[in-house]
Amino acid sequence: MNKIVKILGTGCPKCKKTTQVVDEVIRKNDLDFSIVKVEEIEDIMMYDVMSTPALVIDGKVVFKGRIPTRSEVRDLLI
Amino acid sequence: MFDWLDKFAGWLVFDVFGMQSGMHFTEAVHFFIYDSIKIVILLLVVIFLMGIINSYFPVERVRKFLSQNKLYGFEYLMASLFGVVTPFCSCSSVPLFIGFVRGGIPLGVTFSFLITSPLVNEVAIGLFVGLFGIKTTVIYVISGILLGTVSGIILSRFRLEKYLTPWVKKIISEARREEEKFRSESTPFSKRIPEIWTEVLSILKGVIPYVLVGIAIGGLMHGYIPEGFFEKYMSKDNLLAVPLVTLFAVPMYSNASGILPVVQVLVSKGIPLGTAIAFMMGVVGLSLPEAMLLKKVMTLKLIGIFFGTVTFCIIVSGYIFNLIL
Repeated sequence: MNKIVKILGTGCPKCKKTTQVVDEVIRKNDLDFSIVKVEEIEDIMMYDVMSTPALVIDGKVVFKGRIPTRSEVRDLLI
Repeated sequence: MFDWLDKFAGWLVFDVFGMQSGMHFTEAVHFFIYDSIKIVILLLVVIFLMGIINSYFPVERVRKFLSQNKLYGFEYLMASLFGVVTPFCSCSSVPLFIGFVRGGIPLGVTFSFLITSPLVNEVAIGLFVGLFGIKTTVIYVISGILLGTVSGIILSRFRLEKYLTPWVKKIISEARREEEKFRSESTPFSKRIPEIWTEVLSILKGVIPYVLVGIAIGGLMHGYIPEGFFEKYMSKDNLLAVPLVTLFAVPMYSNASGILPVVQVLVSKGIPLGTAIAFMMGVVGLSLPEAMLLKKVMTLKLIGIFFGTVTFCIIVSGYIFNLIL
């Protein structure tokens, strides 16, 4: 079943870079994940994050505060 | 500390490039090479050290600390100090603000954090040491912390909660916070280094283009503008300079990285240090983009009070700096 990873961020360079990294990991490892970008501040604040970018899987915040490395994303998605 | 670098730059300019001494352009190039390398080294060191501190004190831990400890009036100072070690990205100012208030931290204390965070950060410190020396840096850091602390205390007297937007009030009342386990309780130091280092490189990559441009402009100004040029218009006795310069600076936004090298050259050409620092604080500490972001959580009145108080404190700092530096 296709799983969703949400990327929280208002669109600053760090958030864009995070999307790139996550997308790359998904493609390179052929993972069954799709990316949903949460860019509106109202929606971002539904989660208790204090610094973007942040990653949310299955409703839980799994990473926040900076751009994750490829290996960190791999560990989270696999 | 950097004599070896000065000699190296001189060797490059005169022996390798074969430029003529005494010419404006030579001066500019010499300045550029020396300053760029010096600043990159300093930035590396400072950002790395801050990264280590920040690894043990992420924002979530700061919030927990500030909301759970009775600090007998020192919470403003603590918030300000935490603002120093926490990297600031203006896109995070809203989530951070909400996060703090949700966590039970009073508005004034939250403001102390929000004010000092962009003003005193690892990039600004690294640049300050490189461009102005340690003594001025220490004074700047202390004044940035005091500014945040004092502004926060002043703002707390205003009972500002009612000026928050309805949206934010609702979010706060629906607060749900997960119990947080912090990395620092489990990861050994050696494991953290790779990620701290990655972060250092990432910050450097983002900042260096601006720094180099700033130094290049500074270099040209250094070589071409005569000494004491600005003294005519901006001496310490010109009492209007500080407020005017600050008011001009507040709506602007620039990374400390781009502006500082230019400010340093202006100072070396005759602008009083206090006036220049007030300008820098105005540019870096407050800005139109930040005000736009904050509109989501603060009514215009609150933004006005917030900006007004900080602007006032910056102006006062500018005068004090002119007196003591």
